[in-house]
Amino acid sequence: MSTINYSEKIPNNVNLGEDRTLQRALEGWQPNFINWWDDVGPEGSTNHEVYLRTAVSVDPQGWAQFGHVKMRDYRWGIFLNPGDANREIHFGDHKGEKAWQDVPGEHRANLRRIIVTQGDTEPASVEQQRHLGLTAPSMYDLRNLFQINVEEGRHLWAMVYLLHKHFGRDGREEAEALLQRTSGDQDNPRILGAFNEKTPDWLAFFMFTYFTDRDGKFQLAALAESAFDPLARTTKFMLTEEAHHMFVGESGVSRVLARTAQVMNELKTDDPQKVRAAGAIDLGTIQRYLNFHYSVTIDLFGADQSSNAAIFYSSGLKGRYEEGKRGDDHVLKGQTYKVLEVKDGQLVEKDVPMLNALNEVLRDDFIKDSVAGVGRWNKVLEKAGIPTRLTVPHKAFNRQIGALAGIKMSPEGRVVNDMEWAAKRDEWLPSAEDFAFVASLMGRVVEPGKFAGWISPPVMGINRQPVDFEYVRFG
Amino acid sequence: MDMAVEAGVIKQHLIDPEICIRCNTCEATCPVNAITHDDNNYVVRADVCNGCMACISPCPTGSIDNWRTMPLVRAYTIEEQLSWESLPAELTPEELEAAGVSAEAAGDAAAAVPAQTQAQAQAAVESVEPAFNSAQYGATVPPWSAAHAYTNLFAPKSPTTATVVGNFNCTEAGFDSETHHIVLDFGVVPFPVLEGQSIGIIPPGVDATAKRHHARQYSVASPRNGERPGYNNVSLTVKRVTEDHQGDPVRGVCSNYVCDLKVGDTVQVVGPFGSSFLMPNHPKSHIVMICTGTGSAPMRAMTEWRRRLRKSGKFEGGKLMLFFGARTQQELPYFGPLQSLPKDFIDINLAFSRTPGQPKRYVQDLMRERAADLAALLKDGASHFYVCGLKSMEEGVVLALRDVAKEAGLDWDTVGAALKREGRLHLETY
Repeated sequence: MSTINYSEKIPNNVNLGEDRTLQRALEGWQPNFINWWDDVGPEGSTNHEVYLRTAVSVDPQGWAQFGHVKMRDYRWGIFLNPGDANREIHFGDHKGEKAWQDVPGEHRANLRRIIVTQGDTEPASVEQQRHLGLTAPSMYDLRNLFQINVEEGRHLWAMVYLLHKHFGRDGREEAEALLQRTSGDQDNPRILGAFNEKTPDWLAFFMFTYFTDRDGKFQLAALAESAFDPLARTTKFMLTEEAHHMFVGESGVSRVLARTAQVMNELKTDDPQKVRAAGAIDLGTIQRYLNFHYSVTIDLFGADQSSNAAIFYSSGLKGRYEEGKRGDDHVLKGQTYKVLEVKDGQLVEKDVPMLNALNEVLRDDFIKDSVAGVGRWNKVLEKAGIPTRLTVPHKAFNRQIGALAGIKMSPEGRVVNDMEWAAKRDEWLPSAEDFAFVASLMGRVVEPGKFAGWISPPVMGINRQPVDFEYVRFG
Repeated sequence: MDMAVEAGVIKQHLIDPEICIRCNTCEATCPVNAITHDDNNYVVRADVCNGCMACISPCPTGSIDNWRTMPLVRAYTIEEQLSWESLPAELTPEELEAAGVSAEAAGDAAAAVPAQTQAQAQAAVESVEPAFNSAQYGATVPPWSAAHAYTNLFAPKSPTTATVVGNFNCTEAGFDSETHHIVLDFGVVPFPVLEGQSIGIIPPGVDATAKRHHARQYSVASPRNGERPGYNNVSLTVKRVTEDHQGDPVRGVCSNYVCDLKVGDTVQVVGPFGSSFLMPNHPKSHIVMICTGTGSAPMRAMTEWRRRLRKSGKFEGGKLMLFFGARTQQELPYFGPLQSLPKDFIDINLAFSRTPGQPKRYVQDLMRERAADLAALLKDGASHFYVCGLKSMEEGVVLALRDVAKEAGLDWDTVGAALKREGRLHLETY
């Protein structure tokens, strides 16, 4: 089960060849996927040979095989973690029952919705990152971008497999639609807001992979607990790949900070204009990018009170992050959780039923994880002797979803009026001028071992390769 | 030996908190649940980790591949690791000794983890195939286009005399393993050599049994027209031997003599030797050089000859590829000069096995990474492969070549036999 059969048109470890109908359906979807990749995948990269990680099996020895591959020839396919035939549902109303191998009729619509929503995010990031290859700050970074892109493509495959195998004609139609929506398209956008935002430059890309792919980690981890076993197994494998995306973001921002700190120390200045003039990104701009990506990403967890979240949990479709490690009853009836709301111009906490607050629970887990990483970024500044520290804005800052949507709030969590918001907006969120400045730094550097002036080289290369390794061979 | 102390040393597996991004992949991967975390750090339970390495390759950052030799009683606890902001330094030999750990026991522990994985890899190979004998692929004939080599012009009983005209340290000063570049001049005595040949030096004096020392052989590091072109001189690459293979202190009789030579001293020389480890002269031939340490001498000779030919416009198209291994960059002979060679002239791949804070890399690891290029060269009948250095590298290198060939869809038995028959694979290890 663990070895992936690459001799088939669609590499897989799910014995696809034994289900002719499913195989034909997926083989029908495959050319559309390749067309989509050619149309909106990484721009101008058709002939590049990229040093990519490709799984040959899903066990630890086999899933991280490296070699130069043309991205279009990347072996996308269907890889599920090995299953446990005796696995039991470990939360919600069905706790203790055997995990489902097929979709129970009563949960069909909800499961389909969960899978489509997850699936929709995967091609969206590829679309959002389409132009970044043309402005890569190094060959190392270019390779990381492409690795992320092919894995997003594979994660799309994972969700499409579930739709085709378990949801009949509806599933096939939903799978088609995944390739028809386009990030940022006026008429047919991606389902979730953050996935229609632009990723105009590499600082945005690093913030996106740090925050938004971390949302992916928490969503996938919650789905990996699912009573629907095929979903749990697929998302578990996706999680191992998602780690690299977060790594690109976390180390990317670290390297930007390291370079900024270096320039500040060399010039003995904290004047943003002088830092900018020296070709580095000033800390204020980095903080504003952080504020934006953080606030947009925490919206992805959905409304702070949600009856859907309660249904998803109680019916066993979606658990909590690290459900198995929690010490409570895993049913959560009669428990409460604190959520925020604005009352009389003040932020106040109120208790709501725990089951209805599960989006907020997952959001808070995410926030804790994010904040810890921002602390690690601050270590870079601390080590360089720079007194400034980055912070995450208040949870209610710049929110568009849930009870906090539309509330005007400073990053410190003070409710402000429209006038103050308008006056301070450009101090808190990236301005047109910030974007224009960062865009002005985006030139392409692709000579092995060379890095753009606004970013430091990484601590070590990919797969123990030297930093100046030829990660991309240009065709 | 104090067994209690020896058993009390471990190679502790640790995660570098400065590089780790807390993605949870290692914890999800570990088959024995040795990895855990809190809000601050991901850590490894020393008493549970069995060094199976399953967590190593899935880690996206490389932070997981850290190991420290520790007395068992002082192994870092989970609580200590959870509080770290950076990895503690390796204990010094003095600190280890103070904790009752002999250098030998520490060395054993240090070797334990790689040895275990090597043994596993070996077992995997052996379970499907008969034992691999790398030596059987080594050629005994030179390439067809090699120049004619003169051998044994001066026998041990009638050595000639050469004068030292140069002696300098070609590794970074201050490191234990000093390697010297020695230049010997033969004046008007005929002593023609080709790249890949060696000469013998007879150290003065007698050995413990009062017999004259016998000659020690060194590969020539200069090209055929001399270290200084047009002069009758050769250069050698000699490492000062201060410990034996077990790490016990020992004074290499000849290496120390040669490394201590002063300009103007004379030495007794025999040779030249060798008629098969010779470079092709065909202008489109490719040369793949794989070496460690002073095994670089013949590679330097060949590279320099090609460089001189290229400079004079007499060379077309033949590729040069070098895989060079050393413990650290500082110990790598000719590191500086190598760096200044143009990239379009030679494709250099350096492997360091003991760079602090970096994973161990050996030449065969690099070869596997460059499989695509090596496969293309293996398919080309104009390619020649030279292996020179420590005996222990030979099997791994030939196995890597075999695997590269297999992965490229080539039949290794055919390719390997052709390499041997056509004088295109040469093994010289010691």
